[in-house]
Amino acid sequence: MNDSKRKWWGYFFIAPQLIGMLAFSILPLGFAFGLSFMKWDGFGEREFVGFANYISQFKDDNFITALVNTAYYSVLVIPVGIAAALLVALALNKVKGKTVYRVFFFMPVVTSSVSIGVIWMWLLNGDIGLINQLLAMIGIDGPNWLTDRNLVLPSIAGLSIWWGLGTNMVIFLAGLQGISRSYYEAADIDGASSIQKFLHITFPLLSPTTFFVAIMSVIGSFQVFDQAYVMTQGGPGKASYTLVYHIYETAFGRTAFGPSTASAMVLFAIILMFTLIQFSVSRKWVHYEDGGR
Amino acid sequence: MEEGKTTIEQQPPKQVRHHNKSKIRPSQIALHFALIIGSLVMAGPFIWMALSSLKSFEQIFAVPPVWIPDPFMWSNITDSLSAMPFGRAYFNSFYISFVVVFSQLLTCSMAAYAFAKIKFPGSRFLFVAFLATMMVPMQVTLIPLYIIMDNIGWVNSHLSILVPNALFNAFGVFLLRQFIMGIPKEMEEAAVMDGANPLYIYWKIILPLVRPALAAFGIFSFIGIWNNFIQPLVFLSDQDLYTVPLLLATFKGLYVTNWPLMMAGATISVIPVLVIYVFAQRQIIEGIALTGVKG
Repeated sequence: MNDSKRKWWGYFFIAPQLIGMLAFSILPLGFAFGLSFMKWDGFGEREFVGFANYISQFKDDNFITALVNTAYYSVLVIPVGIAAALLVALALNKVKGKTVYRVFFFMPVVTSSVSIGVIWMWLLNGDIGLINQLLAMIGIDGPNWLTDRNLVLPSIAGLSIWWGLGTNMVIFLAGLQGISRSYYEAADIDGASSIQKFLHITFPLLSPTTFFVAIMSVIGSFQVFDQAYVMTQGGPGKASYTLVYHIYETAFGRTAFGPSTASAMVLFAIILMFTLIQFSVSRKWVHYEDGGR
Repeated sequence: MEEGKTTIEQQPPKQVRHHNKSKIRPSQIALHFALIIGSLVMAGPFIWMALSSLKSFEQIFAVPPVWIPDPFMWSNITDSLSAMPFGRAYFNSFYISFVVVFSQLLTCSMAAYAFAKIKFPGSRFLFVAFLATMMVPMQVTLIPLYIIMDNIGWVNSHLSILVPNALFNAFGVFLLRQFIMGIPKEMEEAAVMDGANPLYIYWKIILPLVRPALAAFGIFSFIGIWNNFIQPLVFLSDQDLYTVPLLLATFKGLYVTNWPLMMAGATISVIPVLVIYVFAQRQIIEGIALTGVKG
């Protein structure tokens, strides 16, 4: 078949996904961009207001609270989440029967945020929850995890760490398997201790993986919504009110589509920034594609 | 901690003895001990959920906690199934998942094949566009999508969830393209010589060769769409149209103090994905490791 005929086949094969991309990603993205500069409640006339939505958002206490809460949540989730996942991966890498453990540690990842939220509401219940009952057995009077405004975000962060541990662990395990045994053999000959081996071989060679996990964690944690929606509705007060909660609430609670999309564009900017950092760094450090390392 | 005995049976310290020249090192025992505790922390909430779902009202509030329900209240399951249209939600979730998974398998593999094997003007640019859309968080397009759906009358219809997901998954296109790129040219050359058209090559040569990748992507796609929450929350208002996660969220709002019933609802909602997970865990875990992307 000649090339000119073949190229039409190319368009034929990509047509369904191309239509999907144009209709359900590019068009809504352009629409979101335009809407973020407009005043519109979904019914009346659309009015171009320039940067007014962005300015009003940054003056809006709810938006600032949401931004601060989301940042605080990220600070809680990311370091502990990465450290825990790395620790489990290191343990599994050295132990016999790792597949059995891996199954357990990955289990929560496949489960829906709503089911996880319902289960953990029950576990974290201040009066009758299992966690406080277990604490009571060792003589500790447990707090009200989800109704205390100082504890609610750390509690949601804790369950998010539990929920996402498996994903990061598996990526770390893949990274660990990529480290050539010859480094450790050389270190053994030099009489290096296991701590020295970790600090001088494992950790440096795992740094691209760690970086990747860190960036993906930031991107994920800035999108937190489901757990807060199911468990606390953003409360108590606004203590677990997150950025995506604010976007949702502004659009569908107050039908203020302009300010809501302006907030969404801010979220997009944050995520885009971290994605671009990841891209530019990974090009220098790692080669995920091509199978090489 | 009383659960220790149930898990120790499944753990493999016996194997350690075989492989380590009949010498068990203390560090290995400590490691196993820590990992068993860790596994309990990970699986414990599910076990507790399943056990609680079968307890009576008194037992669920018992102090100290009762672990094994006595008697087993199977009626909790039937009660929660009849308290809300869970059967209907199950049907909705399954049919939405199957339609979306199968159309994604077809349309993503078609696009992936074209990007990997056919030279056509603009293919590089279009592929980069697909990659770029992966950076757009779903929350950004959600509101415009809602407005678009509202205008074409798809709000409160399954079409609003089916069509966008069925026709667009940039990650799937990217993932499958990576696999198709790996197929050597020689595999299709003979067919090209015989004058086979690309449709034949795609269907008869490429698809069978990437079956494992299709299976892995299909499972990811199923888990993703089954667990999808924010889209049904925004697009659907008629309870008969609800998917399982959305119905569970509503259920939680209505039965906020009836914990046995809520745990029964949660148990019902996680069973399909947990069953699929147990059967396909190898492919799921390795797929995640391969792509580094959460399903």
